[in-house]
Amino acid sequence: MAKQHVKMTVNGKEVEALADPRTLLIHFLREDLKITGPHIGCETSHCGACTVDIDGKSVKSCTMFVGQAHGADITTVEGLVNADGSLGVIQEMFREHHGLQCGYCTPGMITRAHRLLQENPTPTEEDIRFGMAGNLCRCTGYQNIVKAVAHAADALNAQKEAAE
Amino acid sequence: MIPAGFEYHRPADVASALAILTTHGDEARVIAGGHSLIPMMKLRMAEMGHLVDLQDITELKGISVDGDTITIGAMTTQHELITSDALAEAAPIIREAALVIADPQVRYMGTIGGNVANGDPGNDMPGLMQCLDATYILVGPDGMRPVAAREFYEAAYFTAREDEEILTQISIPRPAPGTGYAYEKQKRKIGDYATAASGVMLTVAGGTCTSASIAMTNLADTPIWAEAAGAALVGSDLGEDAITAAIAAAKDAIDPVADNRGPVEFKMHVAGVILRRAIDRAIARAG
Repeated sequence: MAKQHVKMTVNGKEVEALADPRTLLIHFLREDLKITGPHIGCETSHCGACTVDIDGKSVKSCTMFVGQAHGADITTVEGLVNADGSLGVIQEMFREHHGLQCGYCTPGMITRAHRLLQENPTPTEEDIRFGMAGNLCRCTGYQNIVKAVAHAADALNAQKEAAE
Repeated sequence: MIPAGFEYHRPADVASALAILTTHGDEARVIAGGHSLIPMMKLRMAEMGHLVDLQDITELKGISVDGDTITIGAMTTQHELITSDALAEAAPIIREAALVIADPQVRYMGTIGGNVANGDPGNDMPGLMQCLDATYILVGPDGMRPVAAREFYEAAYFTAREDEEILTQISIPRPAPGTGYAYEKQKRKIGDYATAASGVMLTVAGGTCTSASIAMTNLADTPIWAEAAGAALVGSDLGEDAITAAIAAAKDAIDPVADNRGPVEFKMHVAGVILRRAIDRAIARAG
């Protein structure tokens, strides 16, 4: 099979490559671009560890071919840091509220929480649980994950108010 | 979990997509959101030489409510169905059903066209479309033809769509104001297919049911529009006798098989419970 030319923006940087069309986006990110934040958990569209943000949508990157992302704007957990490289608000809240145990699901959790809070800046606990339902934590650390997202919402709102 | 190789196409319009399908015959397949097809390709249960990505075809996108007709482009995602104010107003049962499909990530990608065209009896939209008496628009090399959702499903993964046809649009008669509705689904966990699910639409005037439509999901190898179940409610006072008769008629129409969601007896039981809940909620909402 002929290789396919793909071009996309990942964490604000334009990338271009030749890829086998059957390459899944998660493999392209991890193996070609060496962006290893998105993890491979189940590889069957269930666990959400590979979640990345694509054109304003949370997407399981194990369930997308690289060609489908041609022209897209992609953000991974690496792209959610502050401009100075320090932890972004959601990342900091996961650290502060211990929203992780082994940490394997965390990049997907944080990337998904980012989109959830963009769409709903003031979620109830139920909203958070429903909105995070595509991400599994095999340590079952959900209590603190939900807490971390709730605190991240508050912190982001406070930040927004301060800026106004 | 690496699929077999294929050539990737991304046509900009339906005519170009049809040309690729016509050239390559059953070697080619269209991909919408890909959340049914890609998992099958990764398991090597689906292989094709040519994958035709429909994402750039703008004519396949969008929701419009025009007088008595709701039109939904095949590439409209579940997320877009959920967030559409026009649809929430015209047919809120679609939002209710879309919200119980899979999980947020899948709903951003999964499309209504892919959901109804795939022919998977586990999918929720086919039964709902039968409940709403929707019509699918199929476009092929010989032009366009409409097929009623109630006539579309032949067996699991077998539908009235020919290989070289693309399902482009869904047309739904707008429910009358005051129509009671409910889509009720029992599933083991978020992301699972239904153990049993049911869509109900009904109208009531002066305490008497004047119309009713009932469909059942994942309880046979196709979605089941239970015509007799709806008929059992029409003309009644929607009391216990009528509801019991409707549930009995729906159970007659379904044919579940045992799997990891439970034995046949359990599924028949859950189907009855789910349908009763759906009817109760639809009655409470009818006005």
